[in-house]
Amino acid sequence: MDLRFTPDENAFREEVRTFFRENLSKEVHAKLVEGRHASKHDLVEWSRVLNRKGWATPHWPEAYGGTGWTPVQQYIFLEELQGFPAPAPLAFGVNMVGPVIYTFGNEEQKAHYLPRIANLDDWWCQGFSEPGSGSDLASLKTKAVRDGEEYVVNGQKTWTTLAQHADWIFCLVRTDPAAKKQEGISFLLIDMKSPGITVRPIELIDGGREVNEVFFDDVRVPAANLVGQENKGWDYAKFLLGNERTNIARVGVSKERLRRIRELAALERIGETPMIQNPRFREKLAAAEVELKSLEMTQLRVVAAERTREKGKPDPASSVLKIKGSEIQQMTTELLLDVVGPYALPYVPDREDERWDELSNEPPIGPDWAATVAPTYFNWRKVSIYGGSNEIQRQIIAKAILGL
Amino acid sequence: MDFDFTDEQRLLKDSVDRFVADRYAFEARKAVLASEAGWSPAIWAQLAELGLLAVPFAEDEGGIGGGPTETMIVMEAFGRGLVVEPYLPTVVLAGGLLRHGGSDAQRAEHIPKIVEGRATMALAQVERGSRYDLHDVSTTAKRDGEGWVLSGEKGVVLHGEGADTLVVSARTAGGRRDRNGIGLFLVDGRAAGVSRSGYPTQDGMRAAEIGLENVRVGPDCVIGDPEGGLPILERVADEAIAAVAAETVGILAEMQAITVDYIKTRKQFGVAIGSFQALQHRAADMVVATEQVRSMAYYATMMSGSDDPAERAAAMSATKVQVGRSGRFVGQQAIQLHGGVGVTMEYRIGHYFKRMTMIEAFLGDADHHLARLADGGGLFKAA
Repeated sequence: MDLRFTPDENAFREEVRTFFRENLSKEVHAKLVEGRHASKHDLVEWSRVLNRKGWATPHWPEAYGGTGWTPVQQYIFLEELQGFPAPAPLAFGVNMVGPVIYTFGNEEQKAHYLPRIANLDDWWCQGFSEPGSGSDLASLKTKAVRDGEEYVVNGQKTWTTLAQHADWIFCLVRTDPAAKKQEGISFLLIDMKSPGITVRPIELIDGGREVNEVFFDDVRVPAANLVGQENKGWDYAKFLLGNERTNIARVGVSKERLRRIRELAALERIGETPMIQNPRFREKLAAAEVELKSLEMTQLRVVAAERTREKGKPDPASSVLKIKGSEIQQMTTELLLDVVGPYALPYVPDREDERWDELSNEPPIGPDWAATVAPTYFNWRKVSIYGGSNEIQRQIIAKAILGL
Repeated sequence: MDFDFTDEQRLLKDSVDRFVADRYAFEARKAVLASEAGWSPAIWAQLAELGLLAVPFAEDEGGIGGGPTETMIVMEAFGRGLVVEPYLPTVVLAGGLLRHGGSDAQRAEHIPKIVEGRATMALAQVERGSRYDLHDVSTTAKRDGEGWVLSGEKGVVLHGEGADTLVVSARTAGGRRDRNGIGLFLVDGRAAGVSRSGYPTQDGMRAAEIGLENVRVGPDCVIGDPEGGLPILERVADEAIAAVAAETVGILAEMQAITVDYIKTRKQFGVAIGSFQALQHRAADMVVATEQVRSMAYYATMMSGSDDPAERAAAMSATKVQVGRSGRFVGQQAIQLHGGVGVTMEYRIGHYFKRMTMIEAFLGDADHHLARLADGGGLFKAA
């Protein structure tokens, strides 16, 4: 048992960090540090920087543009990316639909889509949830009816993150209404420019518009856009969700947030004393650090076990990572609320919001970094809900680990 | 980065696991608890035979040269079996002080006796007013010619009554809470002036209140610098925290297994109560809490070998916070899910609960360590 990183791994970490330092724009870096969002343009530019370096899809098989890194290197890369912080490559492409395509897609699909995903030529969004199908995803109703060489799609998806930017959507659609609910679902790739698609934004409690409803009204989709076999889509979805959960602990993100909290708590004062010296606050922060260290070690256990794990089989421990990872991320948003105190109150719109120009007449209010704190607290309630809510994760633990 | 055991470590694990499974059944343990000494010299002899008492000691001193990982393996198994023999006081605590601070002569005298099971030891450190502060020492050691004279009172000394030799922390200079001026003294448990009043502890172990009245010891009985014992004591306390974190893993894993088994078989309303979602989610939360402490036990095992005292202290405090939090959560849920039988002496689960609760208070509870961690600047420093 040796839990230290090897000299090679430490050198690799340094290489990654140096690359980020030399290649990420200062402006985008500052946005992330302040808790603001990177714009579509920022993410496209950054994805292309990573792609030129060959680092846009490190976890993919080498044949499709992966780096061939060990699980530990993958972990280090992700931790550095999140900790730097640098924008995360668009998960819907590189973590979700990409792996489904290279695992279950045909050669034409692989050749066409994979390079475009890596270069963020295509912005993908995820068409899974529906108004009546959240945790019970397999009950989804959006249907696709075969008509010659096309499918005709009707229905509605919701919570579609960043659909407003999207070129493509990967959808779970019902192709056999008579079958058992998991057995009548197919995985379809749909061009967002297709006639009959309407995107309607949903305003969230942070004031932002990152999620949308997507309506399909007699949308005609070429049958060639079916991934794998018809009615096998649920298997591909489970594979995709398993991949999603291995990255969901977001240890590097929480580490970066805790460092940020420590920095800001040194600037805020209670009376004459920096907040970081307040014993009550300091202990709350330390308690969050303990949780995070424990999560980090759990993540490393999963990473180390990856060598010996059956391919494509998600570790049930990923449910533990999801539950604690989300709780800790939320904890960091609460600590930041504590730090900013009264200047959590003023509502200042996100500068990335398309309405910024009309809303930005007001001068900034309070410290620079205060404006994002309450919105992030509001927004991050989502992290214990998405990707399989924490209650669903408990269900997975009860069934898959405990056999209850 | 790997969490794998070596072949030797796997053999050790097999051996100690088998010992606990074969020789430490619940009923057998009950008989040991009911005996006068409260622990079994026969079992102690078996531990010696299996080489478990030799684990952390260097090979040229009769040990097997194991490190923190080997101790983790042993302690996790002992947690599962709720082993009451004085392994922690003798091998981990006193043995640790000898390893880190003992002279050649001291090690040559005491370590073979430990390894062969011929003698047990105890650490007399806690005082009535010291709570968890290792540096809060009122017991005095005064120069007496070449040697020393010890006077004072020590409390809650694990295995204090039965130990052949005590290691006593005593003040050689400075005021009650000074970090300097603390010495560590090897004292024969039967020496003139030593009075020992033993009692059972809540978790079925034994401890003692110990009086020292002008106890004379020779110059060869000081471990390390007579005024500089604290860093040795702190290092060993850190190793002991790693050890009880591993014990906690064993206890919690066992509590979880017993509880899940119980809710799968206990029927109410015509079905196994484990089919109810409220209970399933509680059980899932027990898994999460157990995995967290398992992770921290690995972390503590790795960090207990660190030579940087500040880094080590932060890691151990973080570990002890997690031990306290997970231990309390899993323990309470385990009792709750058992219902009434959970609070009976007849059933196993309550015994684990009691041991876990005592571990929470051993060498500092979660609040103590959270404050220590926070005061030290936390775990994640600037990158």
